[in-house]
Amino acid sequence: MPGFPLSLGITLFYVTLIIALPIGALIFKAASLGPEEYWRIVSSPRAVASYRVTILSALGATLTNLVFGLALAWVLVRYDFPGKRFVDAIVDLPFALPTSVAGIALTALFAQNSWLGSALASIGVTVVYTPLGIMIAMFFTSLPFVVRTVQPVLEDLDPALEEAAQSLGGSDWSIFRMVILPLLTPALLAGLSLSFARSLGEFGAVIFIAGNRPNSTEITSLLAFIRLEEYNYQAAAAIASTMLFAAFVMLAVTNFLQARALRYTARD
Amino acid sequence: MKSHRIAGQPPRVGDSAVVRRLLIALVLIFGTLLVLAPLLVIFAQAFSLGLEHFTTTIANPDTRHAIYLTVVTALLAVPINTMFGIAAAWAITKFDFPGKRFLLIVIEIPFSVSPIVAGVAYLFVYGLQGLFGPALQAADIKILFALPGIVLASMFVTAPFVARELIPLMQAQGRELEEAATSLGASGWRTFLTVTLPNIRWALLYGVVLCNARVMGEFGAVSVVSGKIRGQTNTLPLHVELLYHDYNTVGAFAAASILTVLALFTIIAKVLLERQGAGRAGRPTLAANKGGTQ
Repeated sequence: MPGFPLSLGITLFYVTLIIALPIGALIFKAASLGPEEYWRIVSSPRAVASYRVTILSALGATLTNLVFGLALAWVLVRYDFPGKRFVDAIVDLPFALPTSVAGIALTALFAQNSWLGSALASIGVTVVYTPLGIMIAMFFTSLPFVVRTVQPVLEDLDPALEEAAQSLGGSDWSIFRMVILPLLTPALLAGLSLSFARSLGEFGAVIFIAGNRPNSTEITSLLAFIRLEEYNYQAAAAIASTMLFAAFVMLAVTNFLQARALRYTARD
Repeated sequence: MKSHRIAGQPPRVGDSAVVRRLLIALVLIFGTLLVLAPLLVIFAQAFSLGLEHFTTTIANPDTRHAIYLTVVTALLAVPINTMFGIAAAWAITKFDFPGKRFLLIVIEIPFSVSPIVAGVAYLFVYGLQGLFGPALQAADIKILFALPGIVLASMFVTAPFVARELIPLMQAQGRELEEAATSLGASGWRTFLTVTLPNIRWALLYGVVLCNARVMGEFGAVSVVSGKIRGQTNTLPLHVELLYHDYNTVGAFAAASILTVLALFTIIAKVLLERQGAGRAGRPTLAANKGGTQ
């Protein structure tokens, strides 16, 4: 078949120039700091506090996605209700909406002077400028991942499995837990790892609602950004390369989980 | 699905009225609060001072320039990205070569890297403190804090978008049709245009639509490389932030509403293309997908 040198040439040129070169330059810059200086920057109290709030908020967002994303996928596949197609379409809004737009919209929605913000304030919950706000922004931007990975698996689920369990007298809850959930688990894990990876790197949606106070509501990507604006390129390189490393770990985890999910479904 | 079931069959798991109503209510309440309400807030705020104020804000030269810059960026980044996506899909699905799996993983790196990391990485290539910065400055070529930097960063964050729609689909379609066409004497280009393209057109368009939405909406990576010079290197998503920090909330939401309309059109296009079968072959990661389908 023709076209191999041309298509591979274009591909390798693009991948090298657009992806590998900047990634390599970042790693090179971070490596040129030397281990001591590097460690001093990435283990500084402000950096560690930023990892803490980023990871915990991302975990919270991902766990919320586990419950809500699973429920949403279930409702969309299993039930009919008015407006279902609209709900199915609007699930993709967080992917289509620019993150800065999502950020200011969520901030306005949960601000103390808004109806929702004041209603939550009356029960003692503050969202804006707290880790809860960071979590909600991360939840919003990563919402479609779990829904869209679980949905096709749930659609393809063989009804005979449930019927067999029902004929053996299992209750709905025990059938869900012991028959359906194990079948969904690989897809669910793949969706969760994508959602967590996205949340770890989220910037635009978070910075408006977070308050950005150092050591409490400052996420790691913002800290890297602040270091750049201070012309502290060493610190920016070190922090960004730490995030890059975390992204590579998540990429490996996602690939592993997704490969497992597909092997699992291929066996059926 | 309950309504499609034949009368007399036992209900499926979760079909009891209580569970069904509870789950639908949960999804609709949370969905309304966390997805629909933010959407409504944007338009409510944008028009809170009336239509006239809205049009004045949009007509502001800085806002108009931001819209212009965003469109120009998309007109440059999206076609280049599309060409790359097609080339990558052709090379990867029509030929066998060592390192293919590694290539698939590299193509998907931008998908898991934070946009801020992408921006910082570009700074260390083209910035003054980067690899080529001093040489570029000596030659008086401006990449960062100018259009080329914005386009390059946008191309980084969207690099996988077209390829990841085409690769699984072209893998599933196999090579037989193209092999038949070339054995009958068709050239490579003719084979692609008359045999491959008709089979992948919807998936291609799907990838292009998603790529375009992301390019026009990119914030993090562009905010590092653009320099955010008002009326010069400020794209529309950056302009939203600038107006917001100027305490011009209505202006920020007016600018945001344009991007929101774009997002809504993207979703409509996505639904229509999915009806043509696009977006079905895709899986979250390409490298894993390859392991699954071959």
